[in-house]
Amino acid sequence: MTIFLSHGQTGGVNREAQRDSRAVRWSVMALSLGFLLLFILLPLIAVFIEALRRGIVPFLEAIAEPDALSAIRLTLLVAAISVPLNIVFGVVASWAIAKFEFRGKAFLITLIDLPFSVSPVISGLVYVLLFGAQGYLGPWLRENDIQIIFALPGIVLATVFVTFPFVARELIPLMQSQGTDEEEAAIMLGANGWQTFWKVTLPNVKWGLLYGVLLCNARAMGEFGAVSVVSGHIRGKTNTIPLHAEILYNEYNFVAAFAVASILALLALVTLVAKSVLEWRFGHELSTGGKH
Amino acid sequence: MRLTRHFFAAALGALVASGSIYGAAAQQTLLNVSYDPTRELYKEFNQVFAEHWKKETGETLAISVSHGGSAKQARAVIDGLEADVVTLALAYDIDAIAEHASLLDKDWQKQFPHNSTPYTSTIVFLVRKGNPKNIKDWGDLVKPGIQVITPNPKTSGGARWNYLAAWGYALKHNNKSDAAAKKFVTTLYKNVPVLDTGARGSTTTFVQRNIGDVLLAWENEAFLAIDELGPDKLEIVVPSVSILAEPPVAIIDKVVDKRGTRKQAEAYLNFLYSPEGQRLAAKHYYRPRQLEYAGEFGKRFANLELFTIQDFGDWQVAQKKHFSDGGEFDQIYKVGR
Repeated sequence: MTIFLSHGQTGGVNREAQRDSRAVRWSVMALSLGFLLLFILLPLIAVFIEALRRGIVPFLEAIAEPDALSAIRLTLLVAAISVPLNIVFGVVASWAIAKFEFRGKAFLITLIDLPFSVSPVISGLVYVLLFGAQGYLGPWLRENDIQIIFALPGIVLATVFVTFPFVARELIPLMQSQGTDEEEAAIMLGANGWQTFWKVTLPNVKWGLLYGVLLCNARAMGEFGAVSVVSGHIRGKTNTIPLHAEILYNEYNFVAAFAVASILALLALVTLVAKSVLEWRFGHELSTGGKH
Repeated sequence: MRLTRHFFAAALGALVASGSIYGAAAQQTLLNVSYDPTRELYKEFNQVFAEHWKKETGETLAISVSHGGSAKQARAVIDGLEADVVTLALAYDIDAIAEHASLLDKDWQKQFPHNSTPYTSTIVFLVRKGNPKNIKDWGDLVKPGIQVITPNPKTSGGARWNYLAAWGYALKHNNKSDAAAKKFVTTLYKNVPVLDTGARGSTTTFVQRNIGDVLLAWENEAFLAIDELGPDKLEIVVPSVSILAEPPVAIIDKVVDKRGTRKQAEAYLNFLYSPEGQRLAAKHYYRPRQLEYAGEFGKRFANLELFTIQDFGDWQVAQKKHFSDGGEFDQIYKVGR
């Protein structure tokens, strides 16, 4: 009944409907903005306020403390290893998926998404199961005196695992939307596979790749769950920034905990700013698939 | 092509750099895998011992610590965390290392004096300032309307001490009747609104989140919470009777033999029994085995009647009866819900 009525009236109240839709638009905007302020901006500000609660000197002392420095160094190191690895894996995997037809492709895509759907704690435990002293490879590793978990390699492995989808997920749709026309043309003109990849495919996706790398890097530095399982929590050795922040908090050392957390927040902000600059500067190329 | 070469160079460079970071520490190292509440104690003790060792032998010793829930830490050592020594919340967790990974002898507890426990603690009550609910002893915890905060004994070493302390009190007041003790503990756990996984988590629940009327805590945890968060908010109530909590220490034989650190590890643990070590334990609110070494810190420990784990057989027996799957705690908690 009401539907009929409103249908009948649409022509006459067009302006009213427009006003309505504007009201809806504004309230939706206000709602999402308020939500963002409350749940994202406010906690972020709180981190910095707490970190600076007792002034700048305790803040700097907390960061210059040897254990904190070691955590920062370890986090940067882990990111420096795992991000390049994931660039290589991500580019190769998305190239294979987007440009070639083969059996098991759907399965490969599912595998790439796996780290997103699996809880990070489980991904950590999987490595304990594989490389732990009681794990499948444990006895062999012990004989050869190789330490994987509770040391740098384990932390890197766990980080690589959880950050794997970022680059590939960014590139696959981009490469698919570009199709294979340019590659086919290149090959017709006599380029070999490598040349096609380096001179045609890769330049076409470079901004998308950079975007994926930034996201991958942000997660690599911030990962907690998986790293926590394989870290062993040795002070000054195997604690990353997120783990160190948790430890300080548990020691009632709130200023230092938030100071260290603010470093992480700063690193994340730098990443986000870089991402926004990219979008602003090259937004057109990003949205049209990077054709130049 | 250039791009990959850069990536690989960067990755390789980072690997080499990491190697040199770890390699640069060519001096002798020692890893102590401990549980949560000992953070402050070992922070100071490690420094004092390293100076002592340097003076004795001229060797620079870099001591690292790892903290976490006791059972979780034992699990990490079993899984390959290369601890030279472990200093955990209860003997059962070190037994687990001996049993599941054979990294040390089954009778490890005879290696050092006093059951390999250089310091002890007990379970006390932490209440809000002024003790508004007038909680004096274990009997008050089962009264209706009292909220008791204690962690989950399935995951927390400290929580097992809490549970056994309550059980022991009930045994004492009911002519050693197990059935009466079970009834008492069941009523008590009905008053527990939230079971955290670890001792620190429970302290946070009680102190920061302001939940509950009384926290069952290690005496050292209770002192520390007051120290850190203000004597104007909390106070300690010492019950008439409690359990002697013995957090033991042990050398992980397989690790020290492989790494050649037995001498350092033994000296490290023995130093806990020295006058200086005992004084430091007392300073960080653990009861030293020899109170005469506690100095000015001796006064803080109230006298109370203490029973021990031996009154329950030993940890293996207690664990099986109370905390194994389908054991007394599982039944109690099911009834309680």
